Amino acid sequence: MIAALFAQISTGDDLYVAQNIFWWFIAILMVIAAIKVVTTDNIVHAALYLVIVLAGVAAQFIFLGAEFAAATQVLVYIGAIVVLLLFGIMLTRGSLGDEELTDNEQRGMGALVGLMLFAVMAFALVDGFEDVVLPEDTRNLVEVQAPIDTTLDDDTFINVTRGSDTAAIGDAIFEKYIVPFEAVSVLLLAALIGAIVIARKE
Amino acid sequence: MISSVLAVELAYWQQTTLRVIGGLVAILLPAGGLVYVYLFKMMSFMQSRLGPMEAGPYGSMQLLAEVGKFLQKEDIIPTKADRFVFLGAPFVVLLSTFLLLLVVPFGPDAWFVDLDTGIYFAMAVSSISVIGILMAGWGSSSKYSLLGGIRAAGQLIAYELPMILAVLGVVIQAGTLNMNEIVFAQANGEIFGWGGIGNPYIITQFVGFMLFLVAIQAELTQPPFDMPVAESELVAGYMTEYSGLRFLLFFIGEFATAGVFSAIAAVLFLGGWYVPFLAPEHNLYNVLGPLVLMAKIFGVAGLIFWFRFTYPRFREDQLQRLAWKFLIPIALVNIVATGVLKVVF
Repeated sequence: MIAALFAQISTGDDLYVAQNIFWWFIAILMVIAAIKVVTTDNIVHAALYLVIVLAGVAAQFIFLGAEFAAATQVLVYIGAIVVLLLFGIMLTRGSLGDEELTDNEQRGMGALVGLMLFAVMAFALVDGFEDVVLPEDTRNLVEVQAPIDTTLDDDTFINVTRGSDTAAIGDAIFEKYIVPFEAVSVLLLAALIGAIVIARKE
Repeated sequence: MISSVLAVELAYWQQTTLRVIGGLVAILLPAGGLVYVYLFKMMSFMQSRLGPMEAGPYGSMQLLAEVGKFLQKEDIIPTKADRFVFLGAPFVVLLSTFLLLLVVPFGPDAWFVDLDTGIYFAMAVSSISVIGILMAGWGSSSKYSLLGGIRAAGQLIAYELPMILAVLGVVIQAGTLNMNEIVFAQANGEIFGWGGIGNPYIITQFVGFMLFLVAIQAELTQPPFDMPVAESELVAGYMTEYSGLRFLLFFIGEFATAGVFSAIAAVLFLGGWYVPFLAPEHNLYNVLGPLVLMAKIFGVAGLIFWFRFTYPRFREDQLQRLAWKFLIPIALVNIVATGVLKVVF
């Protein structure tokens, strides 16, 4: 329900002013927090600013009507990755007061890599979706025709079921994308075993 | 939540106000009730004493006195503390509790948000409290706090897995993640063709229920899993440096989370707001449902607090061994068995 409400933001209707305001509010907050992640001298503060950025991404997913992606974002990035990050920092750095500068000479290089990454991702998104508009009610589960590759002929379409329906995601993973899914599972299992082998001291 | 009350259409801000009030009531009422009934009274009786008796009839106003006491105390911030992190930590813990409550259904139409992802969302936001606890442990700039925070994080990470895996059995059986649909699936279920009391999943998912109870006991850092706040070793763990209002917030967070987790357990395993012999579509449930759920919350919380008052504390390595070598394998076997039985029947 709430997702369907928020999803209407993308229809460009001026009636949903509140959603637009909140979108901008969250977007600006995310950008400020992202800049603070790399500029702050305190590594724990950097990790906490990262939480704000990642929570903002989850909020933006909800604006798009993708509840499942939002919950996954919170579960994986905030609940697991940042917690492990903080856990690691606190175990190794000791307590408050002995921070060292997180800044070094790699600044320019880092900015360059960030810029290139941004360019590639922005291009991929703009090129892939161009002016696809979300359906007004994502709950209707209509299969939307979205172009996968605009460089090919216009008749190359993929049937996309809107992201809000969890059952549709489950069906897609276990029917259409079962082979890639299993491949990723085996890869992760191999990584897990590898980590255990490296960590073990015989 | 319904957009019209008694055929009166409500504006958005009116709905929002009602939601906020409803949320506060749904957090504070079970939390206060649990503190009085279990922490003050049941614990006292189990230790052969009377507990609070002076404030109000049978000590029932003791809670207000306690809150008043905490509000009067000075809000002390250690000189070396990381001010912003220290001050924000209790609110992050409470945020997690309020987000958890969002998906709990109190009746067929009495819910805050009817999320499609329901229980998955709940599992996701329950992990936000770890951030708050780590913030408290680190921001306090105290060795006791830091040790408590690290212990808490290790414990919560370890017990999140069995909790999620225990829930999966219910999800497989109900065929949905939506909390309200899980209630309907239990209400309309049948035990070998007999639909008299529906099919509360505590019967078919008893292993899952036990795993879930153990996991939430650890998630709440209650004895026997209270190493993060072990008073004889760490003073009060990550809460050591807190006083006044902020300590009260941690305290409310602990018992409110106990209430919300009990509500989730009641929805998943005991049929939520449903009572037998009254069809789940009945409109009466929008009034009766919250009361039924409240009774079930107190039932589940009774078990949690019973364990809390009777078992001695584990050791840190025993806790980790229990989670990784015992609970997770059982949960995995439970999932496989549920999946096979689901396909067979």
